[in-house]
Amino acid sequence: MDFPKELKYTETHEWVRIDGDTVTVGITAYAAGELGDVVYIDIPELKHVDKGEPFGSIEAVKTVSDLYAPLTGTITEINPAIGDKPELVNSDPYGEGWMVRITIENAAELDALLDAEAYRGKVGH
Amino acid sequence: MVDFAGFRMPVQYQGIIAEHKRVRTTVGVFDVTHMGEFEIRGRDAFAFIQRMTTNDVTRLSEGKVQYSAMCYDDGGIVDDLLVYHCGDTVQLVVNASNIAKDFAWLSDHVAGDVTLVNRSDETALLAIQGPKSLETLARLTDLDLASLPYYHFLRGRIAGIDCLVSRTGYTGELGYEVYFEADIGLAKRMWDAIFEAGEEFEIAPIGLGARDTLRLEVGYCLYGNDIDRTTNPLEAGLGWITKLGKGEFVGRDALVRAKEAGLKRKLVGLLVEGRSVPRHGYEVIVNGVPAGVVTSGTMSPMLERCIAMAYVPVAVSEPGASMHVRIRGQDVPARVVKVPFIEKHA
Repeated sequence: MDFPKELKYTETHEWVRIDGDTVTVGITAYAAGELGDVVYIDIPELKHVDKGEPFGSIEAVKTVSDLYAPLTGTITEINPAIGDKPELVNSDPYGEGWMVRITIENAAELDALLDAEAYRGKVGH
Repeated sequence: MVDFAGFRMPVQYQGIIAEHKRVRTTVGVFDVTHMGEFEIRGRDAFAFIQRMTTNDVTRLSEGKVQYSAMCYDDGGIVDDLLVYHCGDTVQLVVNASNIAKDFAWLSDHVAGDVTLVNRSDETALLAIQGPKSLETLARLTDLDLASLPYYHFLRGRIAGIDCLVSRTGYTGELGYEVYFEADIGLAKRMWDAIFEAGEEFEIAPIGLGARDTLRLEVGYCLYGNDIDRTTNPLEAGLGWITKLGKGEFVGRDALVRAKEAGLKRKLVGLLVEGRSVPRHGYEVIVNGVPAGVVTSGTMSPMLERCIAMAYVPVAVSEPGASMHVRIRGQDVPARVVKVPFIEKHA
């Protein structure tokens, strides 16, 4: 299973791409596979989020799961493409299936994120 | 993969939506060997089944299948099942999760010359479902499947393997269920032959996930979700298999009383706005007050709309009645629609 080395990960299966004080967030290929076909991603609004706070939910055919903010900051952008094509989360979880961009406030939180190998160890793939 | 009724079962192979559409458009194969099969023998076998099930077994003749249910004395449902009339014996096909319970229930009620045999572990079952199921299977058998009516069965050979094949299924599509000896070598031969015969139709294996969405689109009940010991067949929309006039059967008195008192709730189909999926256990809100419960729900792959089955008060059970489903704190508009949600082609 693919866990790109340049990304960071959370135990709640989000990935984070760091670009200065802006991060892009999605869910991992492992999470997308476990959820199965994604049919709807509900991210209500651009807002401030605390690390670990739910910022939306992801509906798959079989189940629904919350999305958790990996870092504290402000959601500045929601991927417009996943509104009409939630299946992008399954087909391209690290690319077109990204979910939000967050302007982070506390760079120290980055240290607590997992690297690809540590995440792989957590999920056992 | 999930553990289900003692079996390791795939929820999906390629994805629930792709598998679902495969069955609706061409053909898919379900390994449903986990289902339970009981053989009932003896001079009083038919009288026994007549007393234990809600449908009227006297309407069956050899080679026919009947959808039926078993009830507790209070009218709650023990299980829903298929009854196969095999001449001098009866085969029952029951839900995998209920095998032990059903066998014990039947055993406790045996009277007269009746022998019950649990054949579940020695019986393999593949369901071949979809508009191309007939063409696929016809290549593997001399049996005249094209002339086999819905809810009838034949015995013979498919892929050279002795089997019972019935025109039944849980998808609402043309389809067949093939019962044969549970032997890994035979099962592999059968599976491979079916996949070779269906190759041009892009035949595919179908998991439990699509099994659930397929049955839900056509409004078939799932035991444990839509029906259980706390629901009776009349409120579950199974009045058509509940023959109160056939004479005595277990649960009849309670069902007659329930009918005379007037049903309080009904299992209905709901079309739910938006794209948040209604799921088992979510509340149904009528005039601002919790008044019912969703028993099954999904995003319908064919309608691309959210659909659900729910118990609602009889007063709001007619098509067109509007209400809300509380989906994780949000009250989402829904209205009652006729089931099946899509046209059946079985």
